[in-house]
Amino acid sequence: MTDGALSGISVLELGGMVAAPYCAKLLGDLGAEVLKVEAPGCGDPARRRGPFPDDVPHPERSALFLYLNTSKRGVTLNLDTGTGRSIFRELVRDLDLLIEDRPPGELEEMGLGHASLSELFPRLITTSITPFGQTGPCRDYRSHHLNLYHASAHSSPFHLAGADEGRPPPKAGGYLGDYDAGLTAAIGSIAAVIGRTASGRGQHVDVSKQEAMMCTERVDIGRLANDPNPQPRRMVGGLTRAKDGYLMITPLETHQWESLIRAMGEPEWSKAEWCQEERGRLEHAAEAREHIQEWAAGLTRDEIYHRCQAEGTPAGPVRDVAEVRAWEQARAREFFALIEHPEAGTQVYPTAPYRFSKTPWVGRAAPLLGEHNREVYCEGLGHSPQELARLAATGVI
Amino acid sequence: MRDATGSTPPLSGIRVTDFTWAWAGSQGTLLLGMLGAEIIKIESHARVDHARVHSLAAGTVSVGVDESPLFNDLNLGKLSITLDLRREEARDIVRRLVAKSDVVTQNMRPGVLDRLHLGYEDLRLVKPDIIMLSSSAFGATGPEGSYAGYAPTFACMSGAVEITGYPDQPPSPLSGAVDLRVGTTAAFAVLAALHHRQQTGEGQDIDLSSTEVMSSMIGEAFLEHGLCGRVPQRSGNRDSAMAPHNCYRCKGEEQWITIAVETEAEWSALRSVIVDPELGDQAFAGSLERWQNQERLDAIVERWTREREPREAVESLQRAGVAAMVVHTGASIAKDPHVRERGVFETVVHPRIGEKAVVRPPWRLEGVGVDRPAPLIGQHTEYVLQEILGLSRSEIDRLEEAGAIG
Repeated sequence: MTDGALSGISVLELGGMVAAPYCAKLLGDLGAEVLKVEAPGCGDPARRRGPFPDDVPHPERSALFLYLNTSKRGVTLNLDTGTGRSIFRELVRDLDLLIEDRPPGELEEMGLGHASLSELFPRLITTSITPFGQTGPCRDYRSHHLNLYHASAHSSPFHLAGADEGRPPPKAGGYLGDYDAGLTAAIGSIAAVIGRTASGRGQHVDVSKQEAMMCTERVDIGRLANDPNPQPRRMVGGLTRAKDGYLMITPLETHQWESLIRAMGEPEWSKAEWCQEERGRLEHAAEAREHIQEWAAGLTRDEIYHRCQAEGTPAGPVRDVAEVRAWEQARAREFFALIEHPEAGTQVYPTAPYRFSKTPWVGRAAPLLGEHNREVYCEGLGHSPQELARLAATGVI
Repeated sequence: MRDATGSTPPLSGIRVTDFTWAWAGSQGTLLLGMLGAEIIKIESHARVDHARVHSLAAGTVSVGVDESPLFNDLNLGKLSITLDLRREEARDIVRRLVAKSDVVTQNMRPGVLDRLHLGYEDLRLVKPDIIMLSSSAFGATGPEGSYAGYAPTFACMSGAVEITGYPDQPPSPLSGAVDLRVGTTAAFAVLAALHHRQQTGEGQDIDLSSTEVMSSMIGEAFLEHGLCGRVPQRSGNRDSAMAPHNCYRCKGEEQWITIAVETEAEWSALRSVIVDPELGDQAFAGSLERWQNQERLDAIVERWTREREPREAVESLQRAGVAAMVVHTGASIAKDPHVRERGVFETVVHPRIGEKAVVRPPWRLEGVGVDRPAPLIGQHTEYVLQEILGLSRSEIDRLEEAGAIG
């Protein structure tokens, strides 16, 4: 098998939960050599977060951890000890990229921040991923995904759509905003690696999760920032209830509207004058929706989906993860892969949304806590097995 | 694009021939442009980028093709050349441009560029190490590869919408941000391919599925299904373990803050700020009890927040060590003191629509900034033909006569 596109890049991840681990996973899945450093005993908080089989907590069976930590080797290291910090410096020698998510200033206090490390290793790139960035009045604020999602104006479209009376905007499912931050940090990191070829120097890449999330909502944010009273949202089509669930129909362009009408069998109401051009359809959006809804109620999601798509209208069923896994298109594209893990067994994992014609996706199972201590500390750094035992006994690893 | 320091951005010297349009494609090359690549957007008067004229949710957004703030947001700093790809002369210009490019990006329906003889197999004949990224709703292969989708549709099909919203209501659609996630993923894939080319000299073809982008960003939900044998459901703003974990109404109209409490230390901190004897009830003694009784708990917390301005409430909670934040809209976040101090909004001056605040690049990297607005349609046609391709005035005239520039 050939190497992944990022092979040759060495990465150390000092991260927890979603953003920093996802950043490192993206790199590892494309061939970068990623070493994850976790605290002895408890490890990445995602190991305690679950979900777990039968809801029984087990550090090696957390779905969140297993997904976000593929393609990494794992060691434990206690940075609160002098020996731990000195071993950390050994690990950073010859490293291309350090990905870390400690509160701003914390690593520098231990002498392990980018400023200190880059004196020893000027080619080192450090990507710091924190809720609000390394500077500014909120840099020390605590934040969970819920807080950041709503603090990054991802609720703006909800307000534009006309808020649901009395209810706050719901966050997106899962940890979407944290994934945004991890993905964004991966771009900044690889850009810095590419740029280093010309400059010969590393740099400190400051990624604020809030800014990464704002960047994935930058159009709606820009719209409201420049125009506090925008025109209300109107959309032809939208979320529609079918016989067996919901689906989305989006006939944005005129030819798509016309193809929707064909898919519906050219009903009488569609011959009305307001149906013939975009402005009229937008003005009568509510009426159009009623007609579409009435038609859709007697059909299944898949019937509507294929009928609309055959005519050229973008439509898509709301599917749960079990349905996505069973989807013929995903199967044909081999989007899911089986990965075997000693504690979690063989499970189905989403791979990656891109297929490279020359370089493979090289995902492999997440590491057990401290799984590669011997390999990294003895074979890699040259510590003796006796030293390893001593490090374990003194709580360094 | 450059920042004010004049440092060299990391993708300086990289040129992208960009066929993308709408939101997702344009976000991808926007990010590459922010990192210093030169983006040459191939446009056409016959088939105008719909971000120049309308939006899925807002309808018509501008009166002319050069007046859309939305297009400006998505195309900062790019160059625009108009070509009528139905003409062989225009396709020849594309091939000459690709021969001088590092990357080609496109998000037309799968097969469209191949039929114009501008697919990867054609373009690598003129540039053997070219990197080509094609993004589409469902990927270029598979039985539904030719189907169409916009962000709201493929978000539904990814599994992400089913778990978004309140359990007692229909799922909450996701829209604009989904497109931008696709573009962001595309930028990452291009960077990975650029790294590979830098190491090996080898270019390649990349096929990106927008639906898979969203599925891969809820990966743990798929693992939950396989590992735990259950299908995750939507839960509003609630969490599977933390409580309180919600949006709480503050003083004023539609003013909310979020509060999320994970540890016992955070719970004690919350109690030191929200001094309410009811919180001492046995019903809230441990994290499991708080989770089980969270409706009652939410009502007590909201009794406190309703009496306070959002910022005041957040500051007291954060001072004590509780994760709390204002719920922002695009309008309120532009005034946020932290966001302002970090300079997250920058101002660009557009020749037709004037000064616009735009969200800056999402990384602090040497040389990376925003300094130019989006191009007018065809603004750089002459520049590209003369300066990049070295065409003479008479050659350009001949192209115009042939109808290739459109």
